[in-house]
Amino acid sequence: MTESTISKSFKRNEDPRLLTGNGNYIDDIDFPGMLHVAIKRSDYAHARIKKIDTEEAKKIPGVVAVYTAEDLGDYWRPGPLQVPPPTAIKGSVFHARPLECIAKHKIRFSGEPVAVVVAESRYIAEDALDFIYLDVEPLQYVGELEKTLDPDAPLIHEDLESNLAADVVQEVGSWEKAAAEADVVIKKRIVTNHVAGAALENRGLIAVWDDNFKILNVWATTQGPIPMRNSIARYLGLMENQIRLMNPDIGGGFGPKIMSSQIDDVVVPWIAMKLKKPIKWVEDRRENFLGTTSERDQVHYAEIALKNDGTILGVKDVFYHNTGAYNPYGMTIPLNTQTHVISIYNIPNYYTQIKMVFTNQMVVTPVRGAGRSHGIFVMERLLDFAAKELGMDPVELRRKNILPPEKLPFRTGVIGQDFVENVLDSGNYPLALEKTVDAIEYEKFKKEIQPKLRAEGKNKGIGVIMFTEGTAVGPYEGAKVMVGVTGKVNIVCAYSNQGQGHYTTLAQIAANQLGVDIKDISVVIGDTGQWQWGVGAFASRGITLVGTAVHQASVKVREKALELASKLLNTPKDELEVADGVVRVADVPEHFISLGELAMRANPTRGTVEEGMEPGLEAASYYGPPHGATGYGCLGLILDIDPETAKVKIERLVITDDCGTNINPMIVDGQIHGGLQMGIGEAFYENLVYDDYGQLVTASFMDYLFPQATDMPEKFEIKHLVTPSPLNPLGIKGIGEAGAICVPACFMQALEDAFEGMDLDITQSFMGPSKLFHYVQKAKGA
Amino acid sequence: MKPAPFDYYAPTSLSEALDKLTELGYSGKVLAGGQSLIPAMNFRMARPTALVDLGKVKELSYIKPTADGGMAIGTMTRDSVVEEDLLVSERFPILVKTIKHIAHKQIRNRGTFGGAIAHADPAAQLPAAALLLDANLKVLSKAGERWVKAVDFFIGPFMTVLEPEELLAEVVLPPLAPRTGASYQQVSRQKGGYAQAAVISTVTLDGADRVKEARVALFSVGEYPLLASKPNQVLAGQVPTAEAIEEIAAYVAKNECDPGTDIHGTEEYRRNLVHVLVRRALTEAVQQAKK
Repeated sequence: MTESTISKSFKRNEDPRLLTGNGNYIDDIDFPGMLHVAIKRSDYAHARIKKIDTEEAKKIPGVVAVYTAEDLGDYWRPGPLQVPPPTAIKGSVFHARPLECIAKHKIRFSGEPVAVVVAESRYIAEDALDFIYLDVEPLQYVGELEKTLDPDAPLIHEDLESNLAADVVQEVGSWEKAAAEADVVIKKRIVTNHVAGAALENRGLIAVWDDNFKILNVWATTQGPIPMRNSIARYLGLMENQIRLMNPDIGGGFGPKIMSSQIDDVVVPWIAMKLKKPIKWVEDRRENFLGTTSERDQVHYAEIALKNDGTILGVKDVFYHNTGAYNPYGMTIPLNTQTHVISIYNIPNYYTQIKMVFTNQMVVTPVRGAGRSHGIFVMERLLDFAAKELGMDPVELRRKNILPPEKLPFRTGVIGQDFVENVLDSGNYPLALEKTVDAIEYEKFKKEIQPKLRAEGKNKGIGVIMFTEGTAVGPYEGAKVMVGVTGKVNIVCAYSNQGQGHYTTLAQIAANQLGVDIKDISVVIGDTGQWQWGVGAFASRGITLVGTAVHQASVKVREKALELASKLLNTPKDELEVADGVVRVADVPEHFISLGELAMRANPTRGTVEEGMEPGLEAASYYGPPHGATGYGCLGLILDIDPETAKVKIERLVITDDCGTNINPMIVDGQIHGGLQMGIGEAFYENLVYDDYGQLVTASFMDYLFPQATDMPEKFEIKHLVTPSPLNPLGIKGIGEAGAICVPACFMQALEDAFEGMDLDITQSFMGPSKLFHYVQKAKGA
Repeated sequence: MKPAPFDYYAPTSLSEALDKLTELGYSGKVLAGGQSLIPAMNFRMARPTALVDLGKVKELSYIKPTADGGMAIGTMTRDSVVEEDLLVSERFPILVKTIKHIAHKQIRNRGTFGGAIAHADPAAQLPAAALLLDANLKVLSKAGERWVKAVDFFIGPFMTVLEPEELLAEVVLPPLAPRTGASYQQVSRQKGGYAQAAVISTVTLDGADRVKEARVALFSVGEYPLLASKPNQVLAGQVPTAEAIEEIAAYVAKNECDPGTDIHGTEEYRRNLVHVLVRRALTEAVQQAKK
């Protein structure tokens, strides 16, 4: 038997191609006669459209067509709602206002599309945008979350009674009772920062209509090829198999690329069919900032009730969630927030209320972290405030309340983004805490090192926080595994790869059953012409769901190979082994038949077959978990702050994470690295800012700052625990978002710790240097 | 993010370039390395009718020592070439240090020494370095040449005394006096990013460690690079003390710069940075001078 290919750090199959410049990204695709689209976007944040004059734009040489919502006729319609609200939460309210591909009667955010230009080049198309004139009645901008529900607030959707998009209450136990029995109740207003999900590559879509065969070929950077294909089919009245939607190589996703029913997938295919020409739209960075989705903007009124000994009795959290101008993605984000607040500690009583509100801002949909980071931020901040109030060490307070391993699986009683009760499936939370505390030498730092530093006037602080990462939610994914006549293996699925390493990890899973070198396993991801079923890349679910489907399909293929080989080698199945590309008799290895030969034999072209026979060394499989698998971990930070300039240096970063079985530990570490970089961004660099008129001030990388590679700490110290999830045969949990979830809460704890004797009282997840400077000034009483 | 239409000229000699600039007048815009102009054009914030690309004018790219111990740098010399020049690092180590703070290596391979000065971005390093080092700027047009001191060159954000038919051809740096120390201090949000405040300073001492001259250039805290007057007023002829430096730093931060509030920092925070950075810059420059 060959060695297991699971839990090994194979170098990535895809890297030689990508690193030598042989990737094929959306903008690399070109066709003769291709026309280019540019989108006219509104400068107004809120306005009623009176007239859009496109006559002058149409006269520019090289412009082929200009379309507004009026020009789309009956084709124009909002939606569909991409994610419906759960029905399991009694009494919840949800006002669905899905996206409009182009604004027709009203503009609801600055950057909303109002017209498209089709021209011979993107240059000409952009030239024409200047000659499209908007005649509008400007309306008052609605942006401040807590004022959106004021009786005099202008209505963004005028058929609604208010700007309330959803109202959801969930309660476990009784907060009232907890508060009544508590020695201490702490209440804080906590704000999470508005950040972008800016990928290195922006979005793009190419549509080519084949009028002879009535086939629409689409290349798109979408994270959800099947839902996008289905949406296009529904709009255009085509059968699903008349559309072949393909992912080219994709340079990052981080969430916003999951969206469909936007102008690209609704209007660009329509233009391609109308003009019978290849049409390309590739988003530029400015459009990405203005028109693509973003996340994190919440305001929490959070309370925690404790006994004097630190025992938590309950938590109450009422929060505003900014959904932007529309709410096409249902309640995924705020539900994640609700589940993650109480996902680590014993909290017998919990009251949580979402007030999702419409604003005149870009649409909010999941960005890596997706609601989880907010929940963790709120809970961990509450614990820090409580520790201060009770005079306890923050780590001690966590130790006191953390869920012990014997309580897992733990049903939290809170319905989550997959519409079922959140269950913390497995793990050892206290062990993660202790591992990080030991590695970062918490006690030594607090008792020995920090007092010396303070005596020298240095400001260094330590933080330790816990987090969970709800991952791998349903409904399902599927895959097909096939052994070819060459003996090489091919995996097809309609997932989407933006850099996660599936060309390697899925191959590792199949190789483990089929005894083939992973380099001999090719993977097709996101081609609806090759595979029809699936949902998409979100919620850190790829390797768990697609990986499990690949595993199950590989088991079936292995079984098929053994059955056939058993007949051909005249040997019982249990005396055979699959290894090195052959099926052989275990005790007589020279007695073998190659997988390629078996593949030939499995597809007879003459003669007869047995009843029920399924041809080919091929099998498909589907997997859908009953609920998500929850990863978890503990982050420790030591920050060194220059008190004069408020510059912050990360001196040490220690993270312990448990995501179950690591298919490829190197790729797992890579996911943690990338996530941490986003988390550091959220805490110290990244901030989407709207001005008082709803204009996005940070619409370029000159103004929207993210941590570059050169701004990263020299080292991430990563520790692993491996508790296989009981939910799937390989024991996998997701890992895509851990790093992005945990940083801000830990960063703020460490900042507060660095300024001894000052009550910085940080209640927001973004603390750039200028802000920190003013917090310190305020705490000094200056 | 594609530029508006423009005409493009790529002269291969200086005289051809000057002819073209005269012909185009206000319609023409010089393209050097494109570090700043190209992004501005892609945002359609800059919409020049015609570009005159100096990329093929080889005679504008050189570094030459001058007889008095200074340097003459041709306008098209790439930042990375100046950064790696041995004589520059010997005669003006502070210039090398300054250039290392310009964005990232790939950008310094494109950006040009004279281009950055002529572009006059108030947040750029090289205009401030020219001011600090009292550079003499050679300005050419078809009609002839004129020399402008750096202190007279900058008149506003992205504005200089250059006329449309003129180009900045050469930057001459006079030699640094013996016993001159220098310091570069900057606070920026990202490495290689725009400074929220930055200070470059030189201090020259006499044999008795008294200050002969103290120069402090500030950038990113006003409409163009600023040369503070207080440091030399207070320190000239004096042995520099920590108290005197602190007093200067506080004064300069309060009176000799004009940082506004933007999304990355309040005016108060940025004045505080000037205070801290002027103090650190003068202190380090004095230490360096003593070495």
